[in-house]
Amino acid sequence: MTPGSNVETKTAALRPRANTETATLPQRLHGLRALAGHRAIWPLLALALILAVDGAISPGFFNVRIVEGRLFGNLIDILYRAMPTAVVALGMAVVIGTKGIDLSVGSVIAIVGAVITWRIHSGDPHLVVLMAALAVGVLCGLWNGFLVAVLDIQPIIATLILMVSGRGIGLMINLLYGGTNPSFTSPLLQGLSVGHIGLVPTRIILGAAIFGALWLLIRRTALGLFLESVGGNSAAADLAGINARLIKYAAYIICGFCAAWAGVVLAADTHTSDPVSIGLYIELDAILAVVIGGGSLSGGRIYLGMTVLGALIIQALTTSILTSGLPPEYNLVVKAFVVIVVLLLQSANLRAALSKGFTGRKR
Amino acid sequence: MSEKYLPLLATIAVFSALFITGGLLYNNFLSTLVLGDILADNAFVIIAAIGTTFVILSGGIDLSIGSMIGFVGVVMANLDPLGWHPLASGAAMLAFGLGFGALQGLIIDFCEIQPFIVTLAGLFLLRGSCFMINLDSVPIQHPFVAAFAATSIPLPGGGFLASSAIVMLVALVAAIVIAHFTRFGANIYAIGGDRVSAALMGVPMRRTTVAIYALGGFYSALGGVIYALYTSSGYPLAGTGNELTAIASVVLGGTVLTGGVGMVAGTLFGGMILGLIATLINFNGSLNGAWIMISGGVLLFLFIVMQRSLLSSFRLRGVA
Repeated sequence: MTPGSNVETKTAALRPRANTETATLPQRLHGLRALAGHRAIWPLLALALILAVDGAISPGFFNVRIVEGRLFGNLIDILYRAMPTAVVALGMAVVIGTKGIDLSVGSVIAIVGAVITWRIHSGDPHLVVLMAALAVGVLCGLWNGFLVAVLDIQPIIATLILMVSGRGIGLMINLLYGGTNPSFTSPLLQGLSVGHIGLVPTRIILGAAIFGALWLLIRRTALGLFLESVGGNSAAADLAGINARLIKYAAYIICGFCAAWAGVVLAADTHTSDPVSIGLYIELDAILAVVIGGGSLSGGRIYLGMTVLGALIIQALTTSILTSGLPPEYNLVVKAFVVIVVLLLQSANLRAALSKGFTGRKR
Repeated sequence: MSEKYLPLLATIAVFSALFITGGLLYNNFLSTLVLGDILADNAFVIIAAIGTTFVILSGGIDLSIGSMIGFVGVVMANLDPLGWHPLASGAAMLAFGLGFGALQGLIIDFCEIQPFIVTLAGLFLLRGSCFMINLDSVPIQHPFVAAFAATSIPLPGGGFLASSAIVMLVALVAAIVIAHFTRFGANIYAIGGDRVSAALMGVPMRRTTVAIYALGGFYSALGGVIYALYTSSGYPLAGTGNELTAIASVVLGGTVLTGGVGMVAGTLFGGMILGLIATLINFNGSLNGAWIMISGGVLLFLFIVMQRSLLSSFRLRGVA
């Protein structure tokens, strides 16, 4: 990287949202609005298209009814099922914003599920179990943060370590008190996962609360600016007086916490600790959600709302494959094609080539 | 001796230490029989890992390996009842692997999308295609498969080198030649060492990137062919998670994940270390699969920390 581009990245990172150089306030607002419109337009169109196809295929797709005192319907179902992935993706968005990645979220979920079942079998109060589960997520985040921030290991590999061993740790915890897939019941945890407050499922409310808290933390405190500047250029941020190490720790802890929350929801949903299959491939879905939402793996940007949109697109796709009557085996292939199309649309090189005929950039 | 051999030597030392530990713990462990078994059982994943070594040496990553192994097996098993000879269907799948890898490389380079995401889409696509073809395990009944399984070279000491291990060793020799004795190999190290410098020095970036991923696809398809022949079946879930095993083998083999540093030969020992751990845990009998995962993670951690300290003390970056 040349010195010139370093400076560019740094200044861009320190002004994360407005790219306008010298503009009056109205002009800047207008520019912002245009930028936001541009950023959100493709994912929103994709979601609208998926839902429109669903509406055309199955009439009554958009119906929302009230059954047994709670909301029912395909749209609610998409929100309901997307929530664990969306929350994991929010944590992932923060980590990716610092130019990192966290492959271990699925394993964290497995460990959290195992710890919950274990502590409930040991007779702990269920509120304590919940705290312990979230603490485990924070602990995993600390471990990943230590590897990335202190030992300076490449994030993809640093988190691979916990990804490889985490499910094993979950199995070991299960074996502590005998049993391969022990089950548990907990009114508190199951209430958080499959219960509902008023008409709305609890997990949607809690997911929205986590989104709100994270949004306040990132957009209304300096933390968001620091996270993005570390992602834009870690060395420059360090020179500017930001403790890059501490900021990276914070990112992985946030991600671990989010994964732990998803772990609580998923484990309580299935009533079991099943470390081998719980949350399988959720790290890939979460990363996809971030990327579909326009987040770049090269860091420097955190788009929370767009990330949730990405998670909703992924779930809407899955739901529509199921409701359309296509065999569920088509799910992965359709997902792959949507991912490729969304990514190709975002590629400047391809757009240029398509618009100018196939000239391509000579390299 | 050059410093670039240090990670490789460390890998071989760990392998030998583990093997001797096994010999001290269990009778009959220290034999060519056990060694041959480890080679035969892990041949397919080591072959795939050899291909991954090129990708990682260039600073990229390939997540589509495991799905490729599954997909190749499923297609071969479905071509079998149509009268295809396994060698013919295998060759067709090798060509497919080459083309699929090249396509991934082209998208990565032309569209400037991260390899992680492109090959992740590849993972979904291939695994999903497996499910679309069939959901059950399909046997390959051609007599060639039995003949392939029966072929082996006896080793001194009662062991033997299975045909899958022979294919793996041939593939390894070819990879060593490509990596260390061709201009293409030097270009891979150059790109991994420093992309910008490599481009400025006149390394053909697009052609090399496409070729690297094509090579990765070819080797993972070869791994899939060997797996299908070894298990004489095609199973749509085969190879799940093998991309991680392959990446772990490469890292344990001393290749640095930021690219530019490492040797193809190390991957053989990296894969053998993982196989050896599984064998040791099986020999014990009272330990279970959880230990395999945890010890894999611990080893990965130790090796990465070791690489970090080696890198900082010997400035290995960019030594090809």
